[in-house]
Amino acid sequence: MSTIKKFFYVNRKAPYGTVYALESLEVVLIGAAFEQDVTLAFIDDGVYQLMKNQSTAGIGMKNFSPTYKALGDYDVTKLYVEKESLEARGLTIDDLMDLKWEDEDDDWAENDSIRVVTSAELADIMSEQDVVLSF
Amino acid sequence: MAMLHTVNKSSFDRNTFESCLRLAKEGSSVLLIEDGVYAAMKNTTAAEQINSAMGTLTFYVLGPDMDARGIKADALIDGFKIVDYNGFVDLSIEHDSVQSWL
Amino acid sequence: MAIELNGKTYDTDEEGYLADLSQWDEDIAAEMARLDDAELTSAHWEVMNFLREYYEEYQIAPAVRVLTKAIGKKLGKDKGNSKYLYELFPYGPAKQACKYSGLPKPTGCV
Repeated sequence: MSTIKKFFYVNRKAPYGTVYALESLEVVLIGAAFEQDVTLAFIDDGVYQLMKNQSTAGIGMKNFSPTYKALGDYDVTKLYVEKESLEARGLTIDDLMDLKWEDEDDDWAENDSIRVVTSAELADIMSEQDVVLSF
Repeated sequence: MAMLHTVNKSSFDRNTFESCLRLAKEGSSVLLIEDGVYAAMKNTTAAEQINSAMGTLTFYVLGPDMDARGIKADALIDGFKIVDYNGFVDLSIEHDSVQSWL
Repeated sequence: MAIELNGKTYDTDEEGYLADLSQWDEDIAAEMARLDDAELTSAHWEVMNFLREYYEEYQIAPAVRVLTKAIGKKLGKDKGNSKYLYELFPYGPAKQACKYSGLPKPTGCV
């Protein structure tokens, strides 16, 4: 790949009620094969995608929340969660899955994938992107 | 006439739940299902509205939809009753009519 | 499509992947390999067991790049490389190994 572009995926929907969250995750995983610079943003109801303890046996749908834990393996290591969206929903980072990525070049050291950022910080990050995909 | 209202949209994404609260009469029941269940959580921007309606309406939330979304019982606003699918059927029968807000 | 084995019917999609993951057992894995003129050795099983554990934990079949890296971490660099994995699974490590392991085809990959 000649030039690496910055890809930004915007997630604004809750899981299960609509198919957006799952579609986004699949596109991210497929896109990861192209070895671009990938960033995910979780805004509004998108923050619900990262909730801990999801258990879908009762609704007969596939629980795709464990797949977020594989993102690190796909070199998707930047997941930004908007602080304002969390607070409006009575949530803190402790309500979210503890997502890690391992640094192969640093003896597989574990690093946090999720970073909570303010709207202003997220606006800056968004403005630096080459390609924005919205779900 | 007691009516059962069901809401399946997130109150943070659509105004469905708000319209339901505005139009549900005293003595009615509100059952949150699918993405509607998020409104049942404590400390959200919707909580105050629900707390003030708690005296006139009875609030239910569908357990399997809570579990799917990782919502624990202790995260719910006080006064919410959890029902399973059988409970959903019972509520439908006990009420005179059902309004499914979409 | 379907594979008949020991009086049981295993439904597959048009590419030979099992339609129902819960139907998988070691016999059907060996039969799928036999139909491809391949034989499963302990080296194959090492990779296949890894894939099944990966699927169990993350609910996806990993892309080949991810598989290679993860195998390298778990089983060592001498196994976590394309040459080793392609020798075991000449039709593409992730694709062929996933098929025998009863997993769906990996999302967008070899």
